[in-house]
Amino acid sequence: MDLAWMAWTWPTGIFFICIVTALVAMTVWDRAVPQTERAGVLGILTTRGDRLFISLLGSGWIHLIWLGVVGPQLWIASIISVVFALCVFRWV
Amino acid sequence: MEKKVNQKAWFFVLPVVLLVAFSALIPLMTVVNYSVQDTFGNNAFFWAGTDWFTDILRSERFHSALWRQFLFSGIILAIEVPLGIAIALAMPRRGLWVPVCLVLMALPLLIPWNVVGTIWQVFARVDIGLLGHTLANLGIDFNYTQDPLDAWITVVVMDVWHWTSLVVLLCYAGLQSIPDAYYQAARIDGASKWAIFRYIQLPKLHRVLLIAVLLRFMDSFMIYTEPFVVTGGGPGSATTFLSIDLVKMAIGQFDLGRAAAFSIIYFLIILLVSWAFYTVMTGKTKESDR
Amino acid sequence: MKDTRIPAGSAAKIDTQSTRARGGVVEKAPTRAAVRKRIPKRWIVPTLYIIFLLLPIYWLFTMSVKTNQEILSTFNLWPDQFTFDNYMVIFTDPSWYRGYINSTIYVVMNTVISVGVALPAAYAFSRYTFLGDKHLFFWLLTNRMAPPAVFALPFFQLYSSVGLFDTHLAVALAHCLFNVPLAVWILEGFMSGVPKEIDETAYIDGYSFPRFFTKIFMPQIASGIGVAAFFCFMFSWVELLLARTLTATEAKPISAIMTRTVSASGMDWGVLAAAGMLTLIPGAIVIYFVRNYIAKGFALGRV
Repeated sequence: MDLAWMAWTWPTGIFFICIVTALVAMTVWDRAVPQTERAGVLGILTTRGDRLFISLLGSGWIHLIWLGVVGPQLWIASIISVVFALCVFRWV
Repeated sequence: MEKKVNQKAWFFVLPVVLLVAFSALIPLMTVVNYSVQDTFGNNAFFWAGTDWFTDILRSERFHSALWRQFLFSGIILAIEVPLGIAIALAMPRRGLWVPVCLVLMALPLLIPWNVVGTIWQVFARVDIGLLGHTLANLGIDFNYTQDPLDAWITVVVMDVWHWTSLVVLLCYAGLQSIPDAYYQAARIDGASKWAIFRYIQLPKLHRVLLIAVLLRFMDSFMIYTEPFVVTGGGPGSATTFLSIDLVKMAIGQFDLGRAAAFSIIYFLIILLVSWAFYTVMTGKTKESDR
Repeated sequence: MKDTRIPAGSAAKIDTQSTRARGGVVEKAPTRAAVRKRIPKRWIVPTLYIIFLLLPIYWLFTMSVKTNQEILSTFNLWPDQFTFDNYMVIFTDPSWYRGYINSTIYVVMNTVISVGVALPAAYAFSRYTFLGDKHLFFWLLTNRMAPPAVFALPFFQLYSSVGLFDTHLAVALAHCLFNVPLAVWILEGFMSGVPKEIDETAYIDGYSFPRFFTKIFMPQIASGIGVAAFFCFMFSWVELLLARTLTATEAKPISAIMTRTVSASGMDWGVLAAAGMLTLIPGAIVIYFVRNYIAKGFALGRV
C-alpha cells in the first residue's frame, strides 16, 4: 500500500505522534491512579479524559482565533493554549 | 443500572473501532496533511504552513457561507421543531388510520436526497411545475433561479417538506410512551390543554426533542445535495452553504490545501457544537438518574 | 392557576383502577354524537400535512406518465395521454437499471456490515464500563455528525490506493462511517432496556456467550435490530455525495446516473420523473416492513 497520497510532513507527523502519546499516557495514568469524576467551574462532571478533550478542542479554537484575528507569531497562541490546558486540568 | 467494569469489553468494540477508524482517521489525517501544503498536481506538495487557515478565516467568501449556514440551520430548527410538535400533538393517540398516516409521513425521509432536490426543482418551476405555475397564475412573481429570496424560500420549504416528519415521528413516539392514566388524572382535575402540554407532555418529550434537535441541527449544518440540485448554490452564491462551497473548492477547483483547511475549520465548529449538545444530553440523564 | 397544575408524580400516585372508574363516569356525560363530531376535527392538521407531503410526489408521478411534449406544452393535473414509455426506457436500458441494482447491492452490504459490527459493540456499551468508553462513544457519534463533504476527496484517494475504487464494497464501507455510530446508538438504547438478570441467568444455566447472544439475547431486541437496519438502509439509500465520488462505472448508484442524465441529455423530464418515482419503491417497501415499529423505534429506543 502506497502512502504517498497522504502527503505526510514532519510537523503533522509529530503532531499526531504527540496526540497518540497523550492517549497512551492517559491510559497509563489511569491504570496507576484511577480517574474520578468531579464538577468544576463549568458545573459539568468531568474526568481526566474529558479535561484532555476540552483542552485539545479549546487549543484548536485558540489557534484558529489567533490566526483569524492576529495572524503571525502563532507560538504565542500555543503558549496561551498550554496555559489554557493547565487551567482546564486544575479547575474544570 | 449499575454496570460492571470489564476491560475485556474492548474486544467487543474492536471491530467497530477498526472499521470506523479506517474510514475516519486516515482521511482525517490526510486532510490535516493537505491543509499545511500547496499542490500543483502530480502529487508534488510544498510546505505552506498556516497560510491557508489565515486565508480562509479572513476571506469574505467563508464568512458569508458560514453566516448563511447558521441562518439556514436556525430557520430550519425554528420552523420544523414547533411544527413537528404541533402535528404530533394533533395526531390521534390510536386508531385505524394512525399506521397509514405514519407510513405516509415517513415517505419523504426515504427518498434519495438528489431526488428530493429533483422533485422540488420540478415542482417549483414556473413553466412545468405545479407550485411555480400556480403561483404565477395567482400573479406572484416567483422565480427561484433568479431571485435570491425565492431561492431561499424554495430551499427552506423543501427542507421542511423533507425533514419535519422526523420530528413528528420522534415526538409521536415520545407521546405514545405517556400512560393513559396521566391524561385521565388531568381530565379529572379539569386541566386545560395548555396545562396538559406544559406539565405532562413537554417533560416526556424533553429527551426525544433533544435527539430531534441534535439530528436536525447536524443534518442541516452539512446539507449539500438538495440545495445543490435545486439551485446549484445560486443565484450568485445566495444559497451556497458550507458543504456546497467546500465541494466546489475541493472537486471543482481542485484547491486541495484550501479545501483541507476549510474542512478542518468546519470540523472544529461541528465538534464544538456536538460536544456542547452531547454534554447537555448526558448531563441531564445524570441528574435524572439520581 | 395552581389547581390546573398536574405534577407527574401526583398523577402516577392515583390508583389506575379508581381513575378508570371515575374517568368512566365523567366521560359518559358528552353524548356519542359529540364525540363523532370531534374526530374529524382532530384529523384536519395531519391530513393537511400529508397533502402537503404528497403533492410534490403526486406531481412527479403525473410527470412520469406524461410524454415530454405534454409536460412542456400543456399544464394539466392528470395526463391526457397516459403512457408508460418513460418507465420502459429505464427497464430496457442497462445503463439505467444497472444503477438500481448497484444501489441495492451496496445498501444491503452496508446494512449487514453496520448492524453486524454494531451488535457486539452496543452490547459492550450497554453492559460494561471500560476505559475510555464514554469518549469512544462520543468519537463514534462525531463521525455521524461530520459532513461527508469533508471526507469526499481523501476517500477517493484512500479507496483508490487500496484498490477498492468503483466497487460496491467501497461505498458500503464509506457509508459505515455514519451508519455504524447510528446503529450502535440505537442498539445500545434497546439493549439497555433488557434486564441484566437475563444475562446472568443464562450464564448460570451454562450457556456460552455466542449461544446466549444469538439464542436468547437477539430475540429480545429483535425490534431494535429491525429499527437499526431500517435506519442504516435509509441513510445509505439516500446518500449521494460519497457514493458518487467513490464510483465511476461499475458500481454507479442510480442517483448519480440521474444527475448525469439531467445535465447531458437536455432535460428528458419524463424519464427523469420515472427514475425518481422508481427510487421511492425500495423506501416504501422498507417502511411497510417496519410500520409497526415506527412509532416506537423512531425514538431510538431510549424514551
